[in-house]
Amino acid sequence: MFDDLRDLYQEVILDHGKHPRNFRHPPDANREAKGDNPMCGDRLVVYLKVSDQGIVEDAAFLGKGCAISTASASMMTEVIRGRSKEEVMALFRHFHELCTKDEEDRGEPEAIDPDALEKLMVLSGVRQFPVRVKCATLAWHTMAAAVDGDTVVSTE
Amino acid sequence: MPDLTALAHPIGDALVSSQGYDVEMIRRDFPILGTRVHARSGKPGKPLVYLDNAASAQKPRAVIEAMSRCLEQEYANVHRGVHYLSQRTTDAYERVRDKIAGLLNAGSREEIVITRGGTESINLVAATWGRKFLGPGDEIIVSVMEHHANIVPWQLLQSERGIGIKVVPCDERGVLDLDAYRGLFGSRTKLVAITHGSNVLGTVTPAKEIAAIAHHHGVPVLFDGSQAVVHGPVDVQEIDADFYALTGHKLYGPTAIGALYGKRGLLEAMPPYQGGGDMIAEVSFAGTTFREPPYRFEAGTPPIVEGIGLAAAIDYVRAVGLDAIAVHEHALLERATAGLNRIEGVRIVGTAPGKAGIISFVMDGVHPHDVGTLVDQAGVAIRVGRHCAEPLIERFGVGATARASFGLYNTLDEADALVEAVAGVKEFFA
Ligand SMILES: Cc1ncc(COP(=O)(O)O)c(C=O)c1O
Repeated sequence: MFDDLRDLYQEVILDHGKHPRNFRHPPDANREAKGDNPMCGDRLVVYLKVSDQGIVEDAAFLGKGCAISTASASMMTEVIRGRSKEEVMALFRHFHELCTKDEEDRGEPEAIDPDALEKLMVLSGVRQFPVRVKCATLAWHTMAAAVDGDTVVSTE
Repeated sequence: MPDLTALAHPIGDALVSSQGYDVEMIRRDFPILGTRVHARSGKPGKPLVYLDNAASAQKPRAVIEAMSRCLEQEYANVHRGVHYLSQRTTDAYERVRDKIAGLLNAGSREEIVITRGGTESINLVAATWGRKFLGPGDEIIVSVMEHHANIVPWQLLQSERGIGIKVVPCDERGVLDLDAYRGLFGSRTKLVAITHGSNVLGTVTPAKEIAAIAHHHGVPVLFDGSQAVVHGPVDVQEIDADFYALTGHKLYGPTAIGALYGKRGLLEAMPPYQGGGDMIAEVSFAGTTFREPPYRFEAGTPPIVEGIGLAAAIDYVRAVGLDAIAVHEHALLERATAGLNRIEGVRIVGTAPGKAGIISFVMDGVHPHDVGTLVDQAGVAIRVGRHCAEPLIERFGVGATARASFGLYNTLDEADALVEAVAGVKEFFA
């Protein structure tokens, strides 16, 4: 019945959706922000531990969301850990293009770790489903707000 | 059988045949129902199963044609022309007031204010009646089941005027707690503003009893009838409603049109809503006087074409018969409810007795948003999320729900298609 959805709901996504990684509140987190998508009811909190040198030493999240937003949050926490704030924001920009633009319309990739990009590719199926793009990007917007020190993000 | 001879316009094929409710005949009146969705090269797409009627209903040909006829043959501004077309348009537009009065069984056409929708109808009461009669420390009563359209206008008054807002709870089934409601009245209670039908749970509230209790305390009642008016007959006199809000697009009519019923005495005591043309008696820089209700509340050029469309929609639903629609929707509701209850892990949110054709549900381990995307692939259009009723969603502790809502043209096969698609979702995520 749902064959056309295998692009969107790839096995990796279903797995992260069901068993999210870093689904916790680290006691030593020094940044956090809330994300809310009132249209569909996704809500999450992203926790970061950012070092004085600006390195994201730990990333985690808690919340309730659909398979896409949960998987995206889970994968995000994995790929951003250990990276500098600048690298993380470059990844966000790239990920956003991945979710919203076809390959030929994307900008020149910045110098980003190809393994991280590869990993995030599985979520690019959302661009066929415009209303679901916000699900995939909610965690990233929230993370960016946490890095910036904002606290509440809404992606309606 | 509805009395079709009483209708001003022919209304299409949708007559209730002597065999009873002929849904196939009704469906032929709605061109969009023949649409296939997700068609792609080489694939014909799926037949549309439209179960998002509580968000907005589809339009019968009678409505589409009435609107095109107006635009093609009889369009001009209303209430201000000496010429032929203006008079014709004015007459046609004013008929919608009669149609709405008829639909609600209002005592007179002057008790019907035409608005841009349910939201505006409620805002109008808050902005005029509310500003005039509510002051610091005064209280109003709403319920936990309200749509944001019947919460936020009062909150705006709350921050402007310092009024208090009390909330009637509901039980696990979604039935309003009338004992708690009785207990909320105090010497400062000035208004009850409560839904007549929940857009999330399908609960139909006991309007007559709600009004009687409020009147016992000398307090007027506003009903948000945006949903209730679609699912069965409403009689504002029998309920003894003081205000009644409705919206056109859920009633198979156009968007950007709705109405507010208000008892004459209340409307007469209210100051204008917006200022502009049409609502004034005399204007001078020394001072301006305002027209009588309902025109006092209708500033500017109104939604003319939409009004004409709504008149046709009301003719249509009345010809099919609101009683007949209620019976039909109940059968759909029962079929879908039984089917969904058979799927393990599916829980229906809202099980009030006598509810309207709306089913909210949640599914173990699958977020409503994913349910929505998946069933859409099967052609089944439902809504997911918080449905502009966050306090209610919070009350049930679910975060969000998937919601299927039935209309007069849905079939038992479509109820089955919903159940089958939801069963498929469970399998997909298993
Ligand atoms: C119960 C209820 N009240 C009010 C509204 C607002 O109606 P509208 O959006 O047409 O103004 C809606 C629909 O969205 C509703 O379901």
